[in-house]
Amino acid sequence: MTRINVTVDGVTYEEDVEPRLLLVHLLRDRLGRTGTPIGCDTSNCGACTVMLEGRSVKSCSVLAVQVDGQDIVTVEGLASGGTDWHPMQRAFHEEHALQCGYCTPGMIMAAIDLLKDDPDPSDEAIRKGLEGNLCRCTGYTNIVRAVRRGAHSMSQDPEAAAAGARSAEEL
Amino acid sequence: MIPASFDYVRPASLEEAVAALDGAGEEAKVLSGGQSLLPLLRMRLSYPSVLVDVGRLEELRGIRDEGGHLAIGAAATHDEVVRSPLVNAECPLVALATATVADPAVRHRGTFGGSLAHADPAGDLPAVAVALDMEFVIRSSSGERIVAARDFFVDYLETALAPGEIITEIRVPKLGDGWGFHYEKFHRTAQAWATVGVAAAVRVSTQGGRHIEEARVGLTNMGSTPVRATEVEAAVRGAELNGQAGTNGSGGGGSVNGHPRSQEGAAPGNGNGAGSAPHGGPGPRGALRQASELAAEGTSPPTDLHGGPGYRRHLARVLTYRALGTAARSALGG
Repeated sequence: MTRINVTVDGVTYEEDVEPRLLLVHLLRDRLGRTGTPIGCDTSNCGACTVMLEGRSVKSCSVLAVQVDGQDIVTVEGLASGGTDWHPMQRAFHEEHALQCGYCTPGMIMAAIDLLKDDPDPSDEAIRKGLEGNLCRCTGYTNIVRAVRRGAHSMSQDPEAAAAGARSAEEL
Repeated sequence: MIPASFDYVRPASLEEAVAALDGAGEEAKVLSGGQSLLPLLRMRLSYPSVLVDVGRLEELRGIRDEGGHLAIGAAATHDEVVRSPLVNAECPLVALATATVADPAVRHRGTFGGSLAHADPAGDLPAVAVALDMEFVIRSSSGERIVAARDFFVDYLETALAPGEIITEIRVPKLGDGWGFHYEKFHRTAQAWATVGVAAAVRVSTQGGRHIEEARVGLTNMGSTPVRATEVEAAVRGAELNGQAGTNGSGGGGSVNGHPRSQEGAAPGNGNGAGSAPHGGPGPRGALRQASELAAEGTSPPTDLHGGPGYRRHLARVLTYRALGTAARSALGG
């Protein structure tokens, strides 16, 4: 067992973990963050995408021991004050950018990540930015629309947009 | 799936890492970003006794200008490489190819040295390494050695790295002025491995008519190791790019006779002749085309769900033609 400290959605945890424990299993099985699903388990589908130190990663392809001392935000940490949806969550809701919803947490995290580099992306840039995230309901058209709407909202409301990046102290 | 059990150490320095590897024996593995290694562990294709995590060692990160070459830290992430102003300015082919590796989330974690050490011939970086004659700086408890890319890739997923050795940096020679670059990758879906890929660097001279003076061509997934297409490189030397004597009706202008992709309209299987006889006459389009016909010479491409050797040889020829054309256009500022 290896002892790790990790901050997830603003809360710091100390956990003893086996080195082989995957980050996604730490999040789901130990910390109860079941908002992050396991899709393909082969780093193809992106359903398990979370922010690690502010950038998107696939949590099925990271060991829990590798994130010792680092900061993670899951889809459950996006809503400010735990109640008001992040503008990107709202945009996915308003544009009906989901059918079964399984890919949605990863899509939202990847979308927020892509806006960090390109706050006003073209449809092509959105499709390219989400290339690591698969939707098997084939709902990509509405997903692209939602990311565009989310980008617009975030440019209008930077404070809400920053919620996902809040650290433990702020929350 | 859940990986088999292993021990884990995270040394605080390169020296400690080398010592840890030395003490751990043959079954130890170096862990950096883990984007190649963790899938192997999860699928139980690899059973290391201990992982030595070097992902946070500052000594292995960063990208430095060393005059004649860039030194890319082995644990620099793909994302850092793609964003690096130095890499984009001095070794653009590296940035172009790295930007096609997997997807953004994988590029945030995966590392330049890790991807090369994994040595998957379907990976994008090994072909670039052999095309640009990169050098690997390798450390172990017995000191440091430097291995040229052509000697580094030994076989499928096998490199010249011995147990106890770790790549610390990769040296990428600067090619100087007059070069253009392109990485042409054919893959089934956005983040899939390359079915075939072609890395091309082309130096164009404008003295006495535009022509190719020198070319470097590396092939992805055309054998158990990355392949240097030396026959193409020799054949394309001297190829005119906008000679007035173009006999195949291609418009000239300042470009390399338009975009090869659109000229040829040759998605595989359109009945356009799977690279049978050399296309085109003695004009510029013909010269690039004829050189590209040699792209599959001496290769032993693999068979998988996405195609057999014949299909891959065809792809190599078509993609080499595209890559050379695009690289030449970019050398001319187009």
